[in-house]
Amino acid sequence: MNVETSPILSIITFLPLLGAAFIAFLPRNAGGDRNARHTALYTTLFTFAISLIIWINFDPRTADFQFVEEMDWIGPFKYKMGVDGISMLFVILTTFLMPLCILASWESVKIRVKEYMIAFLVLETLMIGVFCALDLMLFYLFFEAGLIPMFLIIGVWGGKRRVYASFKFFLYTLLGSVLMLLAMFTMFSVAGTADIPTLMQIGPTKFSRDLQFWLWLAFFASFAVKMPMWPVHTWLPDAHVEAPTAGSVILAGILLKMGGYGFLRFSLPMFPLASQDLATMVFTLSVVAIIYTSLVALAQEDIKKLIAYSSVAHMGFVTMGIFTFQQQGVDGAIFQMLSHGIVSAALFLCVGIVYDRMHTREIAAYGGLADRMPIYATVLMIFTMANVGLPGTSGFVGEFLTLLGAFKANTWVAFFATTGVILSAAYALYLYRRVVFGTLEKASLKSITDMTPREIAIMAPLVILTIVFGFYPAFLLDVMAVSVKQLVTNFEAAVAHSTALAVP
Amino acid sequence: MSTLMTYAPAFPELLLAVAALLFLMLGAFNDDNDKTGAFVGWLAIAAMIAAGALIVLQPADTKSLFNGAFVVDQFARFMKLLILGGSAVAILLSFDYLTAKGLMKFEYPILILLSTIGMMMMVSASDLISLYMGLELQSLALYVLAAMHRENVRSSESGLKYFVLGGLSSGMLLYGASLVYGFTGSTEFSVIANIAQSGTAAGNIGLIVGLVFMLVGLAFKISAVPFHMWTPDVYQGAPTPVTAFFAAAPKMAAMGLMMRALGSAFPGLEAQWQQVIWFVSIASMLLGAFAAIGQNNIKRLMAYSSIGHVGFALVGLAAGTQEGAQGVLVYLAIYLAMTLGTFACILAMQRGQDMIEDIDQLAGLAQNNLPMAFVLAMLMFSLAGIPPLAGFWAKVYVFWPAVKAGLYPLAIIGVVASVIGAYYYLRIVKIMFFDEPKEKFAPISTNLAVVMGASLFFIFAFAIPQLGGPIVSAAEAAAKSLRL
Repeated sequence: MNVETSPILSIITFLPLLGAAFIAFLPRNAGGDRNARHTALYTTLFTFAISLIIWINFDPRTADFQFVEEMDWIGPFKYKMGVDGISMLFVILTTFLMPLCILASWESVKIRVKEYMIAFLVLETLMIGVFCALDLMLFYLFFEAGLIPMFLIIGVWGGKRRVYASFKFFLYTLLGSVLMLLAMFTMFSVAGTADIPTLMQIGPTKFSRDLQFWLWLAFFASFAVKMPMWPVHTWLPDAHVEAPTAGSVILAGILLKMGGYGFLRFSLPMFPLASQDLATMVFTLSVVAIIYTSLVALAQEDIKKLIAYSSVAHMGFVTMGIFTFQQQGVDGAIFQMLSHGIVSAALFLCVGIVYDRMHTREIAAYGGLADRMPIYATVLMIFTMANVGLPGTSGFVGEFLTLLGAFKANTWVAFFATTGVILSAAYALYLYRRVVFGTLEKASLKSITDMTPREIAIMAPLVILTIVFGFYPAFLLDVMAVSVKQLVTNFEAAVAHSTALAVP
Repeated sequence: MSTLMTYAPAFPELLLAVAALLFLMLGAFNDDNDKTGAFVGWLAIAAMIAAGALIVLQPADTKSLFNGAFVVDQFARFMKLLILGGSAVAILLSFDYLTAKGLMKFEYPILILLSTIGMMMMVSASDLISLYMGLELQSLALYVLAAMHRENVRSSESGLKYFVLGGLSSGMLLYGASLVYGFTGSTEFSVIANIAQSGTAAGNIGLIVGLVFMLVGLAFKISAVPFHMWTPDVYQGAPTPVTAFFAAAPKMAAMGLMMRALGSAFPGLEAQWQQVIWFVSIASMLLGAFAAIGQNNIKRLMAYSSIGHVGFALVGLAAGTQEGAQGVLVYLAIYLAMTLGTFACILAMQRGQDMIEDIDQLAGLAQNNLPMAFVLAMLMFSLAGIPPLAGFWAKVYVFWPAVKAGLYPLAIIGVVASVIGAYYYLRIVKIMFFDEPKEKFAPISTNLAVVMGASLFFIFAFAIPQLGGPIVSAAEAAAKSLRL
């Protein structure tokens, strides 16, 4: 089979849907549940395996879209898929995290297993679709449709305040997205095409500075909520806390990345002038997010909530890096997103491991776990360090590069953002000390068991990747380099062009 | 023979009229019982399918009959197919309910048949007289249908309310029509259009006032704010299958009539009627979104939902372009499928002989009857306009022309209203999926299951080019034949 001509992106996008359709016909009993788990696991593993073919055949020397598929769709819209150096890595991240999510839910999800697995597989299809779509309407369709399974995942399998959290998640995100939809209609009317690669080419000149300003804001409404940026982040802690473990993993690991991806795919290349004009605002919001949410994280009593706030802070580094418009900054932002996708996913999985045993997420309910759970303590330490950004872990590379980019763009921004690194060390180490160190005094913890082989199997690839990417970041950076370079070059050209027009 | 063939464009209507009279005889000379009623019902469905087939087989051109009073073009054909589909499915939905309530009289399908003829007249009308005739034929049958459950106070009340307010709106429409006639000297749309397109039309106060009065009358029929007050009561009071019928076919016809009248009779006065549509659209979207939040009766909720959806459909009309008209047609087709599916679910809310209308009684349906809960949940997401479901495409096709025409405030208010509206649709999903189960519903009958399945298929498959594509292009051809 020739990879270049086969519709491989459509295959990995819709393969999970096939698995979901199969699960739908399984009987509703214990056997059906068992088969549903296995089907979901094998489907996601198989999808991951196929997605690796993309990586192997991917040509990192060109910034063009690869594996492009195109056909007519409804009315003027096209079904067009393709990946470049930026989106390809997110596709792999998605397919990589999904089997782990299924494994993490293996025993903790006991009710309505079939529906749960179907919801996750449908969600996988939609998430991969977001990163592959090269048509405005197709992108929006995938972007927005993910709300339905996620709403059900939080609402059906979530914690005590799940109804509140699911509604808040749904309506917040929807409100942001519908404005983006109107902006897409405007772009389509003005430029006459909904083709994303074309719009990336002609957008900067076709859209006037004023129009870019409004379009940028409309897209920002959607991406800032999804990211989430301060002050529209408040849905995230609620959604994280109430979602089941695997739901949190998907939220932190992939759904948040859609915001950052959106900035890179739409805001920067299509509205460069507005991006430049509004960069100061993004910097301000990013720095506030980094410092404020880090401080909030320090005060949390709930482990999941603490990690959720730390996610907001880390996403602050991402937005800051993107809007430096420097190669290092953007590289760092993408790397930070990928690294955060692994590290925060792992942290939520770690929380899930103790939650399955104790059924509480109160930090105060733990302490001295190192005595009874040495493997767990080690794993959690690695990810805590990665979350802090210790050199040698993947967390360091992203933060360092974004700060480097920010330093070039604006020293003060870099200065304030760096304090966030210190604060993140404070809350992460504080959390680690309270949960893992100290003497094991609580009676309920006396009989707690260490990680099972299944849990070790989930964590092992995450540990390895965290350290590998920490020591050898070029593994990822080389893939994105050319695409990012072109993004930055085009951006600078567009800005220079408009300045040249403005001078005489 | 050739004389007969000149009436070929009107054959579908003639077929239905003859069928209605025949069925009336059939019913009158048979025993007056459920069996006869059901038999006539199936015959009526067959007649509608035959009429639909005749429409599909007609050549795709524009034909004018009866001195220009009756026009058959792509637009009329598109609308007539929607109307016939809505009516036929509404009859299909009613068998079980009416039999259970002892209401399966043979008059019921005949009344639906007669009102369907009226509706088909409405969308083909290109003269003020034929417009009014179609409208009244439709309305009179609807009044009777609403009050059909004689022993039920609510049903009688809803029939009376509908009759009084409907009469009032017809009066306004007639008043407007007479003003238009007085100031243009003709009832023919083509003559009116010529005068409306002349430079002095905007200063012709009589014509403008007449236009506004006609719009008021039509706004009553499509239940647009501020002329919506009858809708919740009539929806709640009428027997549920009748409500399903009201929500489906007559809405299509009234919207079609409105588009036809505005497009063919008042083409030069866009600036005047667009303001009215603009206001009515925003008011309907917002009222539909806010007022539905507090409802606990699902039929009442659907009434407010339909008000909101009329507002969304009018967004496309407010754009005043051909693309906007296409959007309205796509919207109507999708809304028809969604609303019939939803009413099939509502009719399946039954315990023993009791029909359940309380939303809270849906609690935990996902654990008792997952297929039905899934269908209803997807319909709710679709009504809320979440992709990839058909309801999303409906919104795309009305908001995109509005944005293109530069109606940003309208579009922004519209999408915000759709987010607010999403709340009450989500509430139903929440009750079905997140809450603890209550007592089970009775098993679902085949008729309802078929409609639910077809509706589910439609809302998912619309995103497939092979299904959505032809509907969109048919709507495009229809909008082209409408001079908008």
